[in-house]
Amino acid sequence: MDLTFSPEDEAFRAEARAWLEAHVPADPLPSLDTAAGFEAHRAWERSMFEDRWSVVSWPVEYGGRDLGIFEWLVFEEEYYRARAPKRVSQNGIFLLAPTMLEYGTDAQKARYLPPMAAGDEIWCQGWSEPDAGSDLAGIRSRAVRSAAGDGWILNGQKTWASRGAFADWCFGIFRTDPEAERHRGLTYFLVAMDSPGVTVRPIPQIDGETGFAEIFFDNVAVPEDQVLGEVGAGWSVAMATAGSERGLSLRSPARYTGAADRLVGLFHQRGGPASSVDAVAQAHMDAEAYQLHTYWTASRVARGHAVGPEASCNKIFWSETDVAIHTAALDLLGPDAELLEAGAPGEWLDGYLFSLAGPIYAGTNEIQRNVVAERLLGLPRG
Amino acid sequence: MDFAFSEEQEELRAGVRTVLDTECSPDALRAFDLADEDHRATLAANRWAVLAELGAPALVVPEAAHGLGLSDVDLVGVLEEAGRACLPEPLLETAALAAPTLAALLPDPTAAAALAALVEDDASFAVGGVDVAVGGLVSPTTVSPDGALRTPRVVGARDAAVFLLACRDADSGWQLHAVPEASCEVYPSPALSSSRDLSTVHWPLDAETLLAYGVAAEAAVALLADRAAAGSAALLVGLADRMLAITALYAKQRHQFGKAIGSFQAVKHLLADARVALEFARPATYRAAWSLAAAQPTLSHDASMAKAMASDAADLAARVALQVHGAIGYTWECDLHFFLKQTWALSRAWGDAATHRRLVLQAVTGH
Repeated sequence: MDLTFSPEDEAFRAEARAWLEAHVPADPLPSLDTAAGFEAHRAWERSMFEDRWSVVSWPVEYGGRDLGIFEWLVFEEEYYRARAPKRVSQNGIFLLAPTMLEYGTDAQKARYLPPMAAGDEIWCQGWSEPDAGSDLAGIRSRAVRSAAGDGWILNGQKTWASRGAFADWCFGIFRTDPEAERHRGLTYFLVAMDSPGVTVRPIPQIDGETGFAEIFFDNVAVPEDQVLGEVGAGWSVAMATAGSERGLSLRSPARYTGAADRLVGLFHQRGGPASSVDAVAQAHMDAEAYQLHTYWTASRVARGHAVGPEASCNKIFWSETDVAIHTAALDLLGPDAELLEAGAPGEWLDGYLFSLAGPIYAGTNEIQRNVVAERLLGLPRG
Repeated sequence: MDFAFSEEQEELRAGVRTVLDTECSPDALRAFDLADEDHRATLAANRWAVLAELGAPALVVPEAAHGLGLSDVDLVGVLEEAGRACLPEPLLETAALAAPTLAALLPDPTAAAALAALVEDDASFAVGGVDVAVGGLVSPTTVSPDGALRTPRVVGARDAAVFLLACRDADSGWQLHAVPEASCEVYPSPALSSSRDLSTVHWPLDAETLLAYGVAAEAAVALLADRAAAGSAALLVGLADRMLAITALYAKQRHQFGKAIGSFQAVKHLLADARVALEFARPATYRAAWSLAAAQPTLSHDASMAKAMASDAADLAARVALQVHGAIGYTWECDLHFFLKQTWALSRAWGDAATHRRLVLQAVTGH
């Protein structure tokens, strides 16, 4: 057991830190949930890609540096330390890409991964439907073979697609065999958002900005080579993506340790009632425990173990830690907490609203608790 | 970065578990609880001999002092198993507190003699005289009218060969003593958990038994408190794991409304929350063990964080375990109460979660 980073990792940290210090925009970019902000964030992704910082853990041929999991964690620590912009490409690079590297054909990887890394093609996730949220296997959007037999025709409706208002591409699951059992007969598709028959209706979020969208599919023709994985195997392919979402890749610990550090700073600067000591200390500890847990998991992955249902513990913990950190900050801000002004109060408020989505997206925490109970504790399915 | 146990460490832990599954089963705990003093002493001595055969008490004693020369990272899994089994004997006090404290004071002859008793005679140690508080460490040791010192809540005193005892007075500061059993008067204190061996000890202040005083004693006592926080966190992680295992099994077997109660979401979610808390207390606890072994400057912070998280995780597991068992869990007949009581005791021993949260925040903000 050794909890120190190697000299090579530390040298990489210094290199990443230097690049970020030189390149992170001095002023925050406009919100990525606006058209202008989306393009500003896309430009940031391009500038990272040009110097090979956008996807450091990917193979070199797709724009990465072929680095290991600990170097990725080091990069993430430096990224949050530098207060660099939000990753507009996160659905693609953190969720779709690991799935594509596992299930995609060589041609698909060569076609989709480099523009994803460059920010030229930004992806959204088309999973939830109006009647299929927590019960994801209940999706009804369907795909049937085209008359010519050279592809598929998609019909239906997806919703709550983050980045959906401005994204270039969508990955989603569609029912290809209505006769099959619910979890079978699903297929994972890659769809260009400018395909004829795709209609996007942005949905203003709780903060008034269009963070997500509904996507309507009306006889959308999709060629055969835009199926990811086997036809009918969409559920297991999707679960690989969900594993990434809940497990290691979507929410790196640096995000929480950074926020907890700022919370401790806020407490130090403004003080607070005695009762806030518990909340601030707990937020610091939970963020650090999540970081340690990630090192723990990554060490197992580095030794060739797979990430198991513990990923569901992760998802519950990071989402609730995020809410707790931001709640504690608003409590410290007291009467200033409701102000939307630029700087500290507005950022905490913005972060608070965002944190409240965490226990809902990526599979609600209630569903994750069922997974923990059934798969880690062996309790019977209800 | 390699945050994982070696194969040897996993094997050591598994070996301890196998032995304790037999020697410290719930039936053995029940027999121990019901035994008279002579029988209790025999049971304790037999179990201690088995642990000594595995080398557990002398695990971190240096090879130069004829110990195994292993580290706190090797020991943490053993402590976790001791917690899991609700072990009544003072393994934490002997292996994780007294032994390394004495080893750090070598070649002091008092320390050397005590360690020799541990290694050669399978002696156990008692520890007392230090309490963790938000404002700093305090000693509950008082001076009685006859001039003897009186230390309450000494752990492991009934069978100990050597007592590691601290006292503090406002003028001269801390003193740390290794007092032979023959010089101590032991008055067992009835306590909630039969796996907590607590006594009030009367002992003479004697220059012969002095290990350290002043600044050196203060540093030794501070390190002892960090060791105690980290080590009791490991016991609590083991207890939480055991209570969840017992309760998950019960929730599968117990049927109501024609179904296993574990199939109801209300029950699942209680257990899942406790499982999540344990999942994240574990790496904090293992990190504290590594920080001890690697003498990290963040040790106090890391030990306090481990104790705070493990206390909360074990308290939650205990609360959930009792609730899911229902009335049967409230009986002496059911095994669960051994683990509940030990948890309620240990979650507060060496500083409760709220105290350690404050210590963590003090370490982070610098005041």
